Amino acid sequence: MSRAHRFPARLDVKGGTVDMSHGSGGRAMAQLVEELFIRHLDNAWLRQGNDAADFPPAAGRMVVSTDAHVISPLFFPGGDIGSLAVHGTINDVAMAGATPLYLSASFILEEGFPLRDLERIVAGMAEASRQAAVPVVAGDTKVVERGKGDGVFITTTGIGVVPQGVHIAGDRARPGDAILLSGTIGDHGVAVMSCREHLAFETEVRSDSAPLHGLVARMVEVAPGIRCLRDPTRGGLATTLNELATQSGVGMLVEEERIPVAPQVAAACELLGLDPLYVANEGKLVCVCDAADAEHLLSVMRADALGQEAAIIGHVVADAQHLVQMRTAFGGHRIIDRLAGEQLPRIC
Amino acid sequence: MKYVDEFRSGERAMRLAAAIRWEAEPGRHYRLMEFCGGHTHAIFRFGLPELMPANVEFVHGPGCPVCVLPSGRIDNAIDLVRDHDVILCTYGDLMRVPASGRMSLLKAKAAGGDIRMVYSTRDALAIARANPQRQVVFFAIGFETTTPPTAVAIRQARAEGLGNFSVFCNHVLTPPALAYILQENARSAGIDGVLGPSHVSTIIGSGAYEPCVAAFSMPVVIAGFEPLDVMQSALMLIRQINAGRHAVENEYTRVVTRQGNAKAQALMAEVFETRPTFEWRGLGMLPHSALAIAGDYAAFDAERRFAMPAIAGSEVKGCLCPSVLRGVDKPTDCRLFGTVCTPENPMGACMVSSEGACAAYWSYGRFRRPAAA
Repeated sequence: MSRAHRFPARLDVKGGTVDMSHGSGGRAMAQLVEELFIRHLDNAWLRQGNDAADFPPAAGRMVVSTDAHVISPLFFPGGDIGSLAVHGTINDVAMAGATPLYLSASFILEEGFPLRDLERIVAGMAEASRQAAVPVVAGDTKVVERGKGDGVFITTTGIGVVPQGVHIAGDRARPGDAILLSGTIGDHGVAVMSCREHLAFETEVRSDSAPLHGLVARMVEVAPGIRCLRDPTRGGLATTLNELATQSGVGMLVEEERIPVAPQVAAACELLGLDPLYVANEGKLVCVCDAADAEHLLSVMRADALGQEAAIIGHVVADAQHLVQMRTAFGGHRIIDRLAGEQLPRIC
Repeated sequence: MKYVDEFRSGERAMRLAAAIRWEAEPGRHYRLMEFCGGHTHAIFRFGLPELMPANVEFVHGPGCPVCVLPSGRIDNAIDLVRDHDVILCTYGDLMRVPASGRMSLLKAKAAGGDIRMVYSTRDALAIARANPQRQVVFFAIGFETTTPPTAVAIRQARAEGLGNFSVFCNHVLTPPALAYILQENARSAGIDGVLGPSHVSTIIGSGAYEPCVAAFSMPVVIAGFEPLDVMQSALMLIRQINAGRHAVENEYTRVVTRQGNAKAQALMAEVFETRPTFEWRGLGMLPHSALAIAGDYAAFDAERRFAMPAIAGSEVKGCLCPSVLRGVDKPTDCRLFGTVCTPENPMGACMVSSEGACAAYWSYGRFRRPAAA
């Protein structure tokens, strides 16, 4: 079957742009879907062309998660909005200890957006999906008028299945539990900031954007009793620890010296007046587990490519105020608070 | 990180802490005012109060540029955006500072104002070049540290004939504020020594504080912003106090000289002139304490270009920022602190900037006590 014959001319990916007809439901949209989206994301479900993808129910508890991606810039060192949209949702599903099975993707495109860039993004998404072995089985495209979007917004939804005997949730941390972190913090946020128009500083920092379900599977296998998993994305490690502390009704005490930060990230944060604890990550996880499991889990994490710099960063304590505190490398203590809003640069 | 880690060594901190305990006389109470918000931030971020003996106390000073900007000036800036449709370029710290009537630049931006957060005056110039049909105003604030870059931008704008660029100048001067604090202190005698400004002193030099120190017999140690700098300077102050001496000593010798940066000073003298008087939030009207754009560069003065009126801003009732900035009250003395005034919803300016004493208290030490092991 040669689908190309259905359209008089091939989609002009090189020089063309998105226009309102690409969202109209007509021939132009069909061509965009076929020659760009399906060509890259190709799989049996998409090829069926039905309104809904069908698959048999999995044995076990299922989880679903959805995530909208509105990142600026769309392309950054170490990834793009397409790969990020795949990793972000896979990771959210994986944080339940689940094996992600299927993804859906919804695109909101701005009129005038170059098709060449859209193809790069969809190709990035397809590559990420292939590497993670989690197919995108359903999708949707809408086009908004110029000025009413920011190029491309992508919302992905993922579903997965939780292995027997695994029950991971944010409210299960208990005093005495160990807190593990899978690697360096702040890489994604600094990589993205480094290429924002008004900042543009030179750095070799790359986003850590990566799918964590493989690492999670190995962790869950050796320690099915893991209590909490969460990926410290927006708001960084500090926000994630606070969320877990609040949900579980406990306090936390972490050691500054044990939290890995790449030297380039630390330097960029120092210059910009940011605290790496609050900078976003896209390929890291925080794990709370029984202290007895901590060392074994740590060795399993370190054996994985995505957990080589994993560390036990602290432990859960009883605290009626649910505070997260840090013992500074300097020997004092400070509260690691939630941010009031966006982290603002300091003046001097 | 080179040149940073050396000044954050926990081991050296312990040695300094032991030295401070050794030198601080048990019968005495030492109240050391750190002038700068940068010091306040370091003190809390690294947990320094825990390392000090109970009779050595840090008192927070007025050196947070965002905190001392009177709200009327932010009202002015909001009016510029609303009434003159300018592009307003500002440092990020200012975005959430409360203005009159529960407004802020952040809210003005949400209401459609074209307000852009910049990291440097160069960004503001670039925005002016890219938008020749719009008026672009740079909201200049800060002490002597941030003043030379503003001077450079104004000179650059004139050299390029960048007619759509102007500066809303709010630069303030450190020595008059220190003089005011010490004059007030002469009555209340609450402060025993001052940790002097660090980055400001790279520009104006440690010599700039000598008249003040002589007039008020107050020990001053110019202190860097790293935690070891702060501890070393505290030790130097304690030694001066014990010996009954009062001099300007310089701990921050790796960047601060007695004369300061002559080139930057010349630049400031060329582009700016001293205002007869200027309002400081919390301190009131201080004579000769701020800069305006000098006559030669008047064409780039937003206050003249847009005939900006003097606005008396309104403060929230019950807010203790004024006395917190003078070192008279602690943030926790304020009834609004932590109840209606939090970083999410700041009532006073000290709760906004991470260098403000209230925000530092809230974020790093509001329930100070050791965590249960």
